[in-house]
Amino acid sequence: MSTFLGMPATAPRGVGHLRGDQTFPRAAHDALGNSQLRRNLRHATTTIRGKSGKVIAELPDWQELRDAGSAIKADVMARLPELLEELEARVTEAGGVVHWAADANEANEIVTRLVRETGSSRVIKVKSMATQEIGLNEALEEAGITPVETDLAELIVQLGDDKPSHILVPAIHRNRSEIREIFLRAMPGVDPALTDDPPVLAAAARRYLRETFLSTEVAVSGANFAIAATGTLGVVESEGNGRMCLTLPDTLITVMGIEKVLPTWRDLEVFLQLLPRASTGERMNPYTTMWTGVTPGDGPQNFHLVLLDNGRSAVLADTAGRQALHCIRCSACLNVCPVYERTGGHSYGSVYPGPIGAVLSPQLTGVADNASLPYASSLCGACFDACPVKIDIPSLLVHLRNQVPHPPAERAAMAAAAYTMARPRLYANAQRAAKLARIAGRRGRGLPPPFSGWTAGRDLPEFPSQTFRDWWAER
Amino acid sequence: MSSRDLILGRVRAALRDAPVVAEVPREYRQGGRAVDVEVLVDRLVDYKAEVHRVSSAEVVGAVAAIVGGEAAVLVPPGLPESWRPAGAFVDDDLAPDRIAAADAVLTAAAVAVAETGTIVLDASPDQGRRIITLLPDVHICVLRTDQVVAAVPDAVARLDPRRPLTWISGPSATSDIELNRVEGVHGPRHLHVLLVAD
Ligand code: SF4
Repeated sequence: MSTFLGMPATAPRGVGHLRGDQTFPRAAHDALGNSQLRRNLRHATTTIRGKSGKVIAELPDWQELRDAGSAIKADVMARLPELLEELEARVTEAGGVVHWAADANEANEIVTRLVRETGSSRVIKVKSMATQEIGLNEALEEAGITPVETDLAELIVQLGDDKPSHILVPAIHRNRSEIREIFLRAMPGVDPALTDDPPVLAAAARRYLRETFLSTEVAVSGANFAIAATGTLGVVESEGNGRMCLTLPDTLITVMGIEKVLPTWRDLEVFLQLLPRASTGERMNPYTTMWTGVTPGDGPQNFHLVLLDNGRSAVLADTAGRQALHCIRCSACLNVCPVYERTGGHSYGSVYPGPIGAVLSPQLTGVADNASLPYASSLCGACFDACPVKIDIPSLLVHLRNQVPHPPAERAAMAAAAYTMARPRLYANAQRAAKLARIAGRRGRGLPPPFSGWTAGRDLPEFPSQTFRDWWAER
Repeated sequence: MSSRDLILGRVRAALRDAPVVAEVPREYRQGGRAVDVEVLVDRLVDYKAEVHRVSSAEVVGAVAAIVGGEAAVLVPPGLPESWRPAGAFVDDDLAPDRIAAADAVLTAAAVAVAETGTIVLDASPDQGRRIITLLPDVHICVLRTDQVVAAVPDAVARLDPRRPLTWISGPSATSDIELNRVEGVHGPRHLHVLLVAD
């Protein structure tokens, strides 16, 4: 098949963080042996779940808000070209500059160039999934620019030379004594008498970062939403590091996935109710900053908006899969997922972990590059119920499983199974054979080669001691 | 081909099935419900903001009671004269270190949302530039009860998106270390709300 210019393309290889080094089952296998990780995760997910459930129960119209959120997002996807053009026009009118980045490489080039043009060699960063997705920090470092993460958890991850493991609480896999050690080792000017008391650790970060905030002229952020009709962008956060980055520097560069646009200002009344309650379990997050282009005398005087595709148009091209683009990155689906709770975020090999990661990452990269992720789920459906914009993740997982390129042996086995199941007599014989195989295979748990690869990542279901047909015949 | 045209072309190609979308159902609670200021107070206290009920004549005294009579209080240029403590210094494009050195900043507000305990600043002259409510350790915010709305839809309807907006729901907080809530990482560590009913 030839590729035409303008055909939706997936995220390029060799840049960014959408593909893991290992398959999900292999990575998860290691994570399952880490009991500390599992304890931290269970504590985190149960706590957030509890808080979230409580504040959601306060709203009698939660389901109606979900319906509205879901419909607004579907409308956005259907009208994406016109909304993006409208957003571009409004941002430009308000004094901002809009850039378009077809993929991670181009986005990194644009941001690097913009930073270079300021003459600055350091940027402060607001936590952003999009910049993690494209590997912006690595690209900036390569260009001799130091990116400083200012969200406390992202800072812990950055100083620890680590990777985020949760969308909302990226350092949840670390406990306080590990964080203390990371600070002592890697935070410039830290007090050696630092204790592992959380307020003391937070104060150390405050001291270290305040200096950086006040002396850095360029900030890079993501965006939770952008309003097409008004050109307004918004960042939702808790710590105030976002306000610092979005207010103090001269130049602000915002990298935003093209799916984050919302049609009208009024639509915020839906998402500002859905997001905090589903995400951190708060009635509202402590700080939200909204800005439209440049305001003379207040905040950054140069504003650049980078609109990022990086595989999103390919997701959009799949009529079933496109609803993964509705995601508002609240992390509710992670917190209810029994698989995520046991394996942690790193196992997914992508910046997008958990149920949404299992559907979004393979679509952004092309299913072949993340073939094990659609299987990283028990299909229990908890994520669907939790999702504030009603993304049907279980159905998407099944949909994507059908696109996974299976290795030849497995494909042969599946074809044989389909052939057998379509022919009752053969099927009956096969069932008896399976019963024999179960007895014969007692010592091992999986199937013999060439099927061992298939069973290594799955428990083979126990065959019943008697087939239904045998039982029926005996009656 | 520019990346702009490339991306828009890809997106259009992706939408070849021409999805038709029904109208957005807005069955959720709309704006215009009765306001209960007690709900706002309850939410603010829940966030560990401190609420003081005063008359507008008592604002100056209340500020002194919070930060002490000698404190350096920063105010935006358009703050009503009657609210200004004696010796307050006005932000006339102060450098960040001068702002950070203030003991407290005293501002008005644009809107407050009772259901969520949120105060919104819109950088009007009585609220000032965004930076002045960010660097000082104490933010004292005067809120008139007629600025309180019931829920988020009312606030969105009242606000002008062309102004820079800061939505504040309690002081800065993090839960990044073992999910322990720690107040005060980067913004002001203390939020005081002076609720003025007259
Ligand atoms: S898929 Fe839904 S629940 Fe999961 S992060 Fe996205 S919006 Fe939240």
